[in-house]
Amino acid sequence: MNLSTILFRFLVFPGLLFSVPAAWFYLWVERKAMARMQLRIGPPFMQPFFDFLKLLGKEVPERPGFSGFLMKLWPILSVAAAVGACGLLPVIQSGAGFNGDLILLLSLLEVPSMFLIAAGFSSRSMWGQIGSAREATMNVAYNIVFLMAIIGIAVSQHTFSVQSLAQSHGSILRWIAVLAILACLPAKLHMNPFSLTNAEQEIYAGPTTEYVGAELAMFELAHGLEWVGATGLLAVLIAPAIANPFAAAAVFVALSLLVVLVLTGIAAGTARLAIDSSVRFYGQCALILIVIGVSSALLMRIKL
Amino acid sequence: MSLWKKLICLGRRKSPWLFHMNSGSCNGCDIELIAGLTPRYDAEQLGVKLETSPRHADIICISGPVTHTALEAVKTVYGQVPNPKAVVAIGSCPASTNVFIDSRVLAGPLDKHIPVDVYVPGCPPRPDAILQGVAKAAQILAKRADAKKAIEVTETQQTNEPAEVQAQ
Repeated sequence: MNLSTILFRFLVFPGLLFSVPAAWFYLWVERKAMARMQLRIGPPFMQPFFDFLKLLGKEVPERPGFSGFLMKLWPILSVAAAVGACGLLPVIQSGAGFNGDLILLLSLLEVPSMFLIAAGFSSRSMWGQIGSAREATMNVAYNIVFLMAIIGIAVSQHTFSVQSLAQSHGSILRWIAVLAILACLPAKLHMNPFSLTNAEQEIYAGPTTEYVGAELAMFELAHGLEWVGATGLLAVLIAPAIANPFAAAAVFVALSLLVVLVLTGIAAGTARLAIDSSVRFYGQCALILIVIGVSSALLMRIKL
Repeated sequence: MSLWKKLICLGRRKSPWLFHMNSGSCNGCDIELIAGLTPRYDAEQLGVKLETSPRHADIICISGPVTHTALEAVKTVYGQVPNPKAVVAIGSCPASTNVFIDSRVLAGPLDKHIPVDVYVPGCPPRPDAILQGVAKAAQILAKRADAKKAIEVTETQQTNEPAEVQAQ
């Protein structure tokens, strides 16, 4: 992996230049699909882009002290981490990547959520703190399943490189893990039925209640990038190996959009669960699935 | 006007986020505003989103004749919405205090306390009239050149040319 490949992956595809417009596009697809499922017409194309522009033009009030500085810092760091996560996705099979980049990818995917928790507490808003506490609880609940699913695949393939995982042959084990990851994505992306973190009508806007203008714009963008990164990870895991880079990119985008549509369908068909029901879902239903997956992966490894 | 400012004005016109506030209304106007978001009227076509935090909003929709109890809350919320912002008075109550005129519990009408940009008369107004009012407010927002300058809230303040939406 030489310097030009690294720069291309982080700045052009699937990094900054691709993922930022893709983030707006995925957010629009999600809103539009939700509207069509509710028999509405839905927002015009480029709506998330207009929201972003408008938020950049809003006035941000002066906030004294260190917490004011932190409130400016968290959104920017979230965007940076999410772009990094998108850049690590091995969409084009060009031998790029290094052993262990799976760990970096998972941690970068987790960072925006961590900063959202920090952001809620930094804002000193009561609603922000309730939202952050909920996000932290959900984080622990779904991450056990999410990480075990990916570790299950990685253990069965003897590798911690995303590239090798994506290229390896799929087995029944892979599909169990993919199902478990799909079950975790609504909580990761704050969608129904696990939209506790930013539960509107309940705790105002959750952790972002006090965030204004450009800060909020960056949080919206980071959320869109999380969409790209999380659905992209799933797309990379289920995509067949394709040599042609353009075809690989097209398949990647198509599979990601399919995942977005599936998640939107789940969100449109469900109502918000309470915190205990959500944690119980991940603690019982999803965990059983993934314990079967991981233990069979370990058994496969002994046999090999 | 530079390209960047033009783009931001376009964004303001295309993405009005609402904060809905009840200042002692009978709920008649409130349910009509909510009806505007339902599939039949679908305000999201205009980019409208009903925001739950006043910090995220651009347009404040106020219904009700502004009681003394609600007055401080109205002023607080008006201060919490970041500039540039617009105010839509929904129904006849905030415009004229309607049938509650001369009541001793009222501090209204609304424009005695905060500047109002668009009046949507009616008791209650139809959802399509409310959406037309929101669209007008979004256009006013886009034209507001000194957008970043704070507007002082005084005791008696009127906007320059409040627009009025015809009831249909």
